[in-house]
Amino acid sequence: MNFTLDGRQAFAYTAAHALDPARPTVVFAHGAGLDHSWFSLQSRYFGYHGRNVLALDFPAHGRSEGPVLATVPEMADWVLRLLDAAQIEKAGIVGHSMGALAALECAARHSGRIERIALLGIAYPMKVSDAFLGAAKENRQDAYDMETIWGHAPRVPLGGNPNPGMWMYGDTLARLARLAPGVLYSDLRACNEYAGGEAAAGKLKCPVLFILGRHDQMTAPKAGLAFARKVPGAQVVQIAPSGHSLMAESPDAVLDALAAFL
Amino acid sequence: MAGPKYPGFDTLALHAGQSPDATTGARAVPIYATTSYVFRDSEHAASLFNMERAGHVYSRISNPTVAVLEERMAALEGGVGAIATASGQAALHLAVATLMDAGGHIVASNALYGGSHNLLGYTLKRFGIDTTFVAPGTPDNFRRAIRPQTRLLFGETLGNPGLEVLDVPAVSKVAHEAGLPLLVDATFTTPYLMQPFALGADLLYHSATKFLGGHGVAIGGVLVDSGRFDWEKSGKFPQLTAPYAGFHDMDFEEESGTRAFLLRARREGLRDFGACMAPMTAFHILQGIETLHLRMPRHVESTRTIVQFLASNAAVGKVLYPELPGHPDHALAQKLLPKGCGAVFCFDLKSGREGGKRFIEALRVFSHLANVGDAKSLVIHPASTTHYRMTDADLEKAGIGPGTVRLSIGLEDAADLIEDLARGLRAAQK
Repeated sequence: MNFTLDGRQAFAYTAAHALDPARPTVVFAHGAGLDHSWFSLQSRYFGYHGRNVLALDFPAHGRSEGPVLATVPEMADWVLRLLDAAQIEKAGIVGHSMGALAALECAARHSGRIERIALLGIAYPMKVSDAFLGAAKENRQDAYDMETIWGHAPRVPLGGNPNPGMWMYGDTLARLARLAPGVLYSDLRACNEYAGGEAAAGKLKCPVLFILGRHDQMTAPKAGLAFARKVPGAQVVQIAPSGHSLMAESPDAVLDALAAFL
Repeated sequence: MAGPKYPGFDTLALHAGQSPDATTGARAVPIYATTSYVFRDSEHAASLFNMERAGHVYSRISNPTVAVLEERMAALEGGVGAIATASGQAALHLAVATLMDAGGHIVASNALYGGSHNLLGYTLKRFGIDTTFVAPGTPDNFRRAIRPQTRLLFGETLGNPGLEVLDVPAVSKVAHEAGLPLLVDATFTTPYLMQPFALGADLLYHSATKFLGGHGVAIGGVLVDSGRFDWEKSGKFPQLTAPYAGFHDMDFEEESGTRAFLLRARREGLRDFGACMAPMTAFHILQGIETLHLRMPRHVESTRTIVQFLASNAAVGKVLYPELPGHPDHALAQKLLPKGCGAVFCFDLKSGREGGKRFIEALRVFSHLANVGDAKSLVIHPASTTHYRMTDADLEKAGIGPGTVRLSIGLEDAADLIEDLARGLRAAQK
């Protein structure tokens, strides 16, 4: 479904359902360089199980027009403006990686509107190496390679994809190939420079679920766990075989955790 | 700081797509000879049918053994995924049927395997899909043949049997400027000799029967998507970008982005046309792929030796192998195929049609049959077999003469193969 935000087209996948203000709403917020379809199985499930679904394409990603949002707080406020445009008063947010930071910040800033948040593949601080940032800044292929390889568990290139016939590395690379120059760098820089995590954690008033991959090479699970301990009452689900791309690597385990939480 | 690195081709050929079996620990890919899969409960069943969970429902749509082959081929080609089919022809049909309806149009190279020529030139025409065949040596020929109804450009990476080298970068540029995808048949090159996606192709398929399987024991095909073509931006493919009543009003591109083509091809094409691959076949082809990186260099090495032998033999008129300086695509082959031009090629006997018969019947090591890409060396006379439906004019366009003989060089001792060919050439001259 297309919306107009700030005079530009903004897209959110709704699982082929019209939005119904009477239904609970789940927002899905993707990670750096990706788009709404990264959550395709999980978002479709909730769309067909009594929820409004808004699986976002952040500006300059997927079907949403740019320019890219440069900071996590800007992303958090953009999510709120999209809820306004969709005439949705309250929602839960499922965020992955950069999207998890946006969900965290959004819930802290707008506690009256965000009912619960699920944070997947998150660490705080979400530091990005100079090598990765430098490659992304120059739009070099090795930036996309780092995103792809570190974005999955080490076993992925030698193991089976739960989604029959698909090659996870190839899928990630194909998505990144569609990005406009500079978008991945902007996303990574936003993650790297976000400094409001602990403050946001202190302001949370809603239930929080962390879903972490035990073999995450992008956001180390140890860092994710350490951050989860700073959020009072947070639930944590660790998925044993998964790396950073939890929704693709362990789709059913992620869905089960979300279905129990949302 | 060095960045992370991908596993090499040889490693992917052995491992991609499969973890040791979680239940039994089996290291080899198990053959899941099952039609169907038990649902955990009704909710699980509904979720699988509605594509809310990943998994297998019915082996016409997907099967765990076949999925290993699909993922492995996608890994070797650098695609987003793949669909294994009952044959290479089924893979071509699946690609076409996924992309267009009656009224659609294809621009194809005229240097095609006879079966593909039949499908495009005759059979699909009965269903309202037209094809214009063009000489592939001039990429502009593709551009000139594009119509408003065109939905696909198509060629073979190495034409069968003339080994015309498709200028994939140039033809893909023509395709993309017109908002169209380029599909290539990569059977003769395999992912070992050429990576068509890296050169600009959007879709590719193989007759897995040939070098992938490599041992002549199973018929199969595999269709691979690069995931790089933007169907939405093109605006020419409502099959992928508009709600489809045949699948619960799904907009495949909106649903899955880079996976849209494969999603529709699997969920409609395999579901309804049903040309799926059997798990035993997938197992056989996987066994071949595990040694592809060892077999292809040997195929090429022996082919080079034999090409040199034939090129210097007085009974032979012309040898069509792109590594020879006289081949029209020699320069292009050097650029696009530095590892070699495969192991299938043609040559003309000076003694014509009758000499061709004597040649073939004198051979003892080469097998006279309609196949290529086997571990065993093969020989055939295209004008009377694979291309027999083509008119003389079409044969000439495809570079085939009455004395043309096609060889597929296997893995035997090259000296034995040369001895066999020498015997055949002597017989041809009698």
